[in-house]
Amino acid sequence: MAKETVKPNGPMSAALLAAGIGSAVLGLFTFIYELNDKSAFSKSMTWSKPVGGLSGKSGWAIIAFFLSWAILHFVWKGKETEFNRIATIAFVMLVIGLIGTFPPFWHLFK
Amino acid sequence: MEMNAREIWTVIHGMVFGFIFLLGFSGALYAVYSMRAEWLTAEGVQKSVRNIKIYLWALAASVWAAVITGAWVVYPWYRAVPPEGTTDPAALATFPKFLLLANKSTAEWHEFGMEWKEHVAFLAPFAATAVAFAVSYYGPMLVKKPAERRAVMAFFIVAFVAAAVAGLFGAFITKAAPVR
Repeated sequence: MAKETVKPNGPMSAALLAAGIGSAVLGLFTFIYELNDKSAFSKSMTWSKPVGGLSGKSGWAIIAFFLSWAILHFVWKGKETEFNRIATIAFVMLVIGLIGTFPPFWHLFK
Repeated sequence: MEMNAREIWTVIHGMVFGFIFLLGFSGALYAVYSMRAEWLTAEGVQKSVRNIKIYLWALAASVWAAVITGAWVVYPWYRAVPPEGTTDPAALATFPKFLLLANKSTAEWHEFGMEWKEHVAFLAPFAATAVAFAVSYYGPMLVKKPAERRAVMAFFIVAFVAAAVAGLFGAFITKAAPVR
């Protein structure tokens, strides 16, 4: 009978948390942008004039996703992590992304 | 039945890439759900996991293609600024954002619909990619990891919700102010 290779959960935790980080960055940057779209921060989000502020907001979120995934994967590769805790944190960050990109939420603070 | 380049790209964005993800979601979710030791033999797991991995990576690639074509190809046409002083709806037909904003009865399609859609859509590829990786990494072992499997399904459902919002408002906005 073939022996099963036990795989530590580190890499999976890294992927899920990176998805959460990318989402939270998008939610946070979008929220800040919408509070004042004339601020220096908001103007810095226009990486491409035709795409406007979405280019920087999504660009930073994509960078945050891949960069955090690479770092977390390197740190947690071959290791066991507190998967339930990390998955919960990652899910909460996804929810932050959902809330931060929801227009009625911005209007609560405008 | 002629379509110009902008209409073709809009179709590719929503009705090809977006549609592939939305349509494929339920099958992929059930496939992950059914990765249970009590439902599958060892041989069955090996065979089905290979197909599930391909399926999930294909869906992840599709939703990345949807957001990239949406943000970088179609969106600039949507938000193009008309010449100053343009108010005639016929003249605004090729400036969808400003056509919607010109009328109180349609302004919310942009202020709420497009503003939500253009941002929330990006959550879908993040979550879908993490899901595809997780299933690829564990492979058949995911059958014995119910907590990890539940996390994968939860993330995949979030990816679907994000994509569904984007798809729904994309369809409505295209009806109200198509990109031409």
